[in-house]
Order: sequence, then structure tokens, then C-alpha cells
Amino acid sequence: MSSQAGSENENNGEHLPTVREGEDGGGVAVEERDPFANPGLPPHEPRKQDIDERAAKRSERTVSLLFTVSMLATVAFIAAFVAIDVDEIVYIFPLGHVSALNFALGVTLGIALFTIGAGAIHWSRTLMSDVEVIQERHPIAATEETEAISKADWRQGTEESAIGSRKIIRRTMLGALTLVPLAGVVLLRDLGPLPGTKLRETLWAKGKLLINMNTDEPLRPEDITVGSLSFAKPEGLKEGDHSFNNEIAKAALMLVRIHPGDIKDRKSADWGHEGILAYSKICTHVGCPVSLYEQQTHHVLCPCHQSTFDLSDGARVLFGPAGHPLPQLRITVNDEGYLYALGDFDEPVGPSFWERG
Amino acid sequence: MSTTTTHTRRNPPSRGERIADWTDARLGLHGAGRKNIRKIFPDHWSFLLGEIAMYTFLIVLLTGVYLTLFFKPSMAEMTYHGSYAPMNGVMMTEAYASTLDISFDVRGGLLVRQIHHWSALIFIAAMATHMMRVFFTGAFRKPREVNWLFGFTLLVLGCVAGFTGYSLPDDLLSGTGVRFMEGATLATPVIGTYLAFFLWGGEFPGTDIIPRFFAVHVLLVPGIMLGLFLIHLILIFYHKHTQFAGAGKTNDNVVGAPFMPVYVAKAGGFFFLVFGVVTLLAGMFTINPVWDLGPYRPDLVSTGAQPDWYMGWTEGLIRFMPGWEWVIPGGYTINFGVFIPLMIVGVVPTVMVAYPFFESWVTGDRREHHILDRPRNVPTRTGFGVAWLTWVFVLLMAGGNDLWATHFHLSIEAITWFVRIAFFVAPVLAFWITRRICLGLQRRDREKVLHGRETGIIKRLPHGEFIEVHEPLPQEQMHVLTSHDQHTPLELGPTVDDNGVVRKQSPVEKLRVKLSQGYYGEAGQIPKPTRHEYEEITSGHGHH
Repeated sequence: MSSQAGSENENNGEHLPTVREGEDGGGVAVEERDPFANPGLPPHEPRKQDIDERAAKRSERTVSLLFTVSMLATVAFIAAFVAIDVDEIVYIFPLGHVSALNFALGVTLGIALFTIGAGAIHWSRTLMSDVEVIQERHPIAATEETEAISKADWRQGTEESAIGSRKIIRRTMLGALTLVPLAGVVLLRDLGPLPGTKLRETLWAKGKLLINMNTDEPLRPEDITVGSLSFAKPEGLKEGDHSFNNEIAKAALMLVRIHPGDIKDRKSADWGHEGILAYSKICTHVGCPVSLYEQQTHHVLCPCHQSTFDLSDGARVLFGPAGHPLPQLRITVNDEGYLYALGDFDEPVGPSFWERG
Repeated sequence: MSTTTTHTRRNPPSRGERIADWTDARLGLHGAGRKNIRKIFPDHWSFLLGEIAMYTFLIVLLTGVYLTLFFKPSMAEMTYHGSYAPMNGVMMTEAYASTLDISFDVRGGLLVRQIHHWSALIFIAAMATHMMRVFFTGAFRKPREVNWLFGFTLLVLGCVAGFTGYSLPDDLLSGTGVRFMEGATLATPVIGTYLAFFLWGGEFPGTDIIPRFFAVHVLLVPGIMLGLFLIHLILIFYHKHTQFAGAGKTNDNVVGAPFMPVYVAKAGGFFFLVFGVVTLLAGMFTINPVWDLGPYRPDLVSTGAQPDWYMGWTEGLIRFMPGWEWVIPGGYTINFGVFIPLMIVGVVPTVMVAYPFFESWVTGDRREHHILDRPRNVPTRTGFGVAWLTWVFVLLMAGGNDLWATHFHLSIEAITWFVRIAFFVAPVLAFWITRRICLGLQRRDREKVLHGRETGIIKRLPHGEFIEVHEPLPQEQMHVLTSHDQHTPLELGPTVDDNGVVRKQSPVEKLRVKLSQGYYGEAGQIPKPTRHEYEEITSGHGHH
């Protein structure tokens, strides 16, 4: 509105544009000599449908045809729902083997919906008036009168409440309103248990046999060949156990055999058995299972974020975002020739945390 | 007034009118109708981006309600004996099993699941591109800053809804994403461990996270989003839509088609177009085949794991960070490798929230703006926007570094190092190049206004000279190319005032002047042609 623009111009700082060319209003008389003036709305040009009744009829038929196609497609949707088996697979070029029902339902419903849209839009574009209309904007801010009344009402309201003068009421109220949400915070306490030492302990303990993840049999040194990566879990942990996922998330173990001469880290070699080394499978970055093994270099790579560890050198981080090596488990062989653990990991497995140290 | 109608109608009211009268007497419908039935909406293809977001949101709500009828948000373990043979006898959670049931046993369940996922992806893409439209055209300026905040919050919540949603099936891929969240939560200094235990109800994975994500995904987040979405729409109605400069269009009017009937037909029709296209996509292209990799197990993983596209930039941050981990005195660990990305994820929204206020502070502009900027006319803002997009693209590249490596036979180290450098360099380059391009386009506009359009007709003058005939632009284009505002940059006043007293200039004021010079100084914009220049050139034409 012009009054609004006028009052705004008075507020202009020194750095605002001094002229606002060509904003003299749509179609209103403009200064003749301004070469950049807003020409105003051009006269409406009739469409074919506006002047030729036959063209309008054609549009009408097109629109109703689209709506009819939609109805037919919905009927086809229901028919497909009833007629096609839920587990039927068909080959459709170029999609490949797909569920017949899903394809039929998707295509029929898609067409049913699309043609409603296409019909409505064609209708609006060809048959509804396309005369452009000008509407004035209203100022967003209130008029001065409204503003004054609103502010006076507010003042009267606060004065009548006496919140300003009765300080003790104000302060205690603010105190009460600040404290009461604490009840809600306290209620959140039982969302979970306290961490305690849970992140430091796994199921591994002295004497626990290493069980092959795939066969569920105890592992012998000869099961682990040079160049392969084997996965193990602690004895006693069974898939289907109530706590299986929680335990395997910490205890998952991977085993490699490296020629003792190739092991660069002395301590690491000592903790293994004849070149068989057992490392935590859980990445020290954010906890994905590390599982891509490069047998020539003894590097393992985490497929999630590409942290690379050198298993021949104490699982040192070679590359990527992990912050520390994979913890190693001390293992040896018992009298019956099975591999077993000599204790739990001596540091927490998985991603680091504040108290890890 | 309507209850005591005194005037006599010429025709008896129709049934529809009687219903409207009944409603008006109780809800005051006619007042709203008077304001809105013939409300004018301007037309431009870029205004449809927000509409796509709105419609896909509605589609997501509709299909989501259907899915809750079949999905069981439970992490209780069970053995699968459904109709998907490859998983027969496999241990899995009820969440995963019910997702398999939706996909293989419920007729049409797979279609609805895929419509839900496809429209969720499109919803966030539409919000992001809609936000770009609003940014690059300056539609966020007064009086629309608050709606920018609502829209921004919707985008963030959309990402939260997306992440919690694709985690629900508890398949191998989504479980890996949840594990990543747990690792990231643990990296929060001081409270991280407690936070993780409270969120997961104990150790990872536990049995609480999926029911909790479910509540967030189907109740908390969509509830807030629905509220914000309605306020967003109401504000669009209240402010009236912005428009580009053009014949008859001013800062004080709206030019376009009335709500009833044209806009209702076009927008309503567009809803069905969007719904139709999403349904066709869902019928033909498989999305998130949760049955491929099996249920989540913390000790299993697949290669090439990728989050949904809108989380890709966070994945990039986490992948290209060096593994910095410090143990500080006292025996506490700070995992910078994860914590710094987390902080960046927090800073990015703050920057986006602040931009409209930052720009109005730099310009000192307090006027209402209803005419959109052409991106070229605000080169610095456009430069920031493109720098931002470049930065996101670099991070997406980092997030898919393994896929880039396998598809283009590159080394992962090379890609990661490239990203580490590009993270800092690419946005700066993009900013600089974009600004140059904008300035070039401004020069071209200026040229066109002053000298007219090149016609391609070559004329030979009597004395042998060849010239190209230029044709003056039509009035509308002349207006469009010259109607934009050009701010004059701020200046630092004299350090000594008239009386010889030293004026203090605060560092904040100096910064503001510097920024203003950058935005609107000589390097920031090409002066648009003035009337004087134009008249001088056109009157000189005859002499040639």
C-alpha cells in the first residue's frame, strides 16, 4: 500500500537506495519519459478455447476422458488386487523380475491418480479464466491505532495484575515455574541403567573356548589358515539367547594367522598362538564390524567408514577416522588342542567414550 | 449478522449456500471466505517446489498411518516362518519380521511401503530445493524471516523423521545406521556414555531403541511437523506470495490467478500428479529392499552401506575426519574424530537460521520485500549459497567415498585426501566463481538495456562498415532488468568529527562496513543503467 511504502521510506538509512524506479503501480499512469517504467499488465489475449466453442468442447472431452481413464484404472487396481497372487513374480523389461502384484497395483493406482491431476490441470489451463488479476497487499504491521490499543490493553492488564509492583509474587512465581519442569527431567531417569563398567566388560574370560561363528564348533589352530579371516564368539553364547545381540556387539572376535616372522609388534605376537592373533571385530571408530581383510598386507578395513588397521602391527590405525587400535584378546591352546581365551580384553572394545581413558 | 438476515434474496439459497450459512453462524466461515476464496496466487515454476514438499508430506502421513496397522515396533526375538522363503527359520526381531510381512504377505503392503519411502525421499529433496529457491531469490527477507525459521525447522525434523523411520525395519543396513548413532552419542564429552545408556535403555542394541524410535517417528516428530506446516501455510496466506518483477507487478500487489477456481484446480491437480508419479515409482522401482541382507546383527555388516541421501553429508563428515582421539589429564577421552563432525552438524543449522538476520543487519534494510531477487543481482548472497551447496556436495562425495573408489577405480586414500582439501578450498572457489558469473550476467543485463537485443542481422553501412542491428528491448523487459534495488555500501565515518574529537568505531561497526562493502561495493555489483545513461545513448544513436 502506498501509505505503507511512504512511511517506510522515511525510515531509510543513508545507505538505502534513494530511488525505487518503476514501482509506480501496475497499470497506473506512469511518468511518460521514464524508459524503465513498469508498463502495467498487458491486455489479456484470449486462448483458442475462449473464442472457439469447438476448441472448448475438445478440451472438455479431453478432461472428461482423463477422468474416465482414472475411473477405469481404479477398477483395474481392484481387479489386480483380487486376481493376482501376492507371491507371483513376473519378468518385465527393463525392470527385471518383480512382484506382479506390486507392479500391477503401482501402475494402475499411479495412472488413476495421475489422470485426475492431469484432467484438473488441463481443465484449469484451457477452460478456466486465465485473466491475470491484481490484488493489493495489506501492510503486515498493524495500523497505528490498533497498535496503540493493543499496547494500552496490555499495559492495563499487567497493571491490574500488579505483577510489576508485587515483587514477591513475581519472584516466587518465576521460581515455581522454573522448578516444576525438574519433575519431568527426573522422570526421565529410568530411561536406562547407569553405564557402570558395562562398556569395559565382555563375555570373554579366562578359559573360554573360541567358538567358530559359522560351525558353532570350538576352533583349533589348524582351522585357521594363513590369509583367511575367521570369526569367533565365546563359548556358551548362543544365537537366540536373550542377550545374544548385546553380548556379540562387544565380544565379536576375528582371527588371522600371520607368519610369526611377519608380525612386527612383539607384544601382539606373544598374545597370540603360533601367529594366530585374535582381535576385537568391533571398529574403534563408531562400532561397525570390521570385516574386509587384505591377506597380502594383513590390513583390515571397516566397510562403514574405511578405517584401516594393520593386524601384523598390533592393529595400528593406518588410515581413516578410527582413533585407536583394535583391542587384542590373549589366546592359547588347551590340552585337547582347542583355542581358548586367557582373560577378557584388557581395554574396552568398540567406539571410545569419555571415561575410557 | 448472518442470523438476522434482513435483505431479501432474489433466488432461494442453494443447498451448498445453506450449509455455508449454517457453518458461518457457528464458525464464521464467510469472513474467511471473503478473504481467501478469490485470493490471488502468482505463478512460477519454482513455487511448485514447496507444493511438492507439501504433497509428499501428506502422502507420507497417509501411507504412514496404513503402515502402523501392520508394523510391530518390537525388538523381541523370534524365528521367521513367513512366506519369504530365503529367511525361513532365521532369528530376527518382530520389527523386521513384520516389515517382511508387509512386503510379502500383505497385498499392496509393499506398494504402500515403497510409496512411503519414495515420498519421504522426495519430501526432503523438495524441502531442500524449495529452501534454495527461497534463499537464492531473497524470499526470506522481511516480513518472511519467521517463516524461513519454520521451514528450516521442518527440514531438520524431516531428516529426524527420515532417520528414525528407516531405522525401524531393523534390517542389517538400518541397524548399522543405529550403531553409528550410538557410537556418535558415545563421543559426546562428559555425558556421552550416560546419554547412550539412557537413549538405548542400556547397552547397544538392547530392546528399547526401536519402540522409542517408533514413538518419535509416528507421534512426536510428525505431530510437531504438522503444527509447523499449518503455521507455515497460514503465514503464506497472510503474507501473500512473493512474485518476480514483471509487467504490472509491484512490491505492493500480487498478480496471478484466483484461489478459486484456478489455483484450486492447478494445485489440487498437482497433488494428484505428484501422488501418481510417486505411486508409479513405487510400483516399478524397488526402494530399500530390506529382505536382501537379512536382520541386523551387531557382528555383521555389508559393504557399500549408505544412509538415505539427506544424511549423506553427515556420513561424509564422519568419514573424512582424521582419527583424532585425545586422552586428557584425569584419564578422560575426547574423540575429536567423531565429536568435531557432531559439532559441525550443530553449527550448520545455526548458520542457516541466522542468515536472514545477518543479511538484514549488513544491509540495514528494514523494508518489506515482496518482489523476488534474481540471483545474479545479489552476487554475494548467491555466492554464499553456491559455496554452501558445493560444500554439501563435497561431503556427499566423502560420504560415498567407497562407492566412488569402486566405481571409478580410485584409491580410497586419494579420495579422502581430496575431500579433506576440497572441504576448505572448494567452497571458496565456488563463491568466487559464482560471484564472477553473477557480475558477468549483470553486465550483460546492463548491456541489453542500454544497447538492446542483438538481432543477428548484419548491416553494411554506405561507407563499408559492418554493424549488427540491435533492437530495443520491450518495455516489460526494460523494467525487469532495471527494477531491482541496488544498495550503496556503508562507509566508515570520519575518525575525527567536526570539532576535532576522535570518534570511536567499534570493531562490530567496522566489520559491518566491511561486509557491506563486500556485498555492495565495486566488486559486489555492477551499477544498473540509469535513465540518464540510457537517454544519452539512445539520443546519440542517430549520429553513429
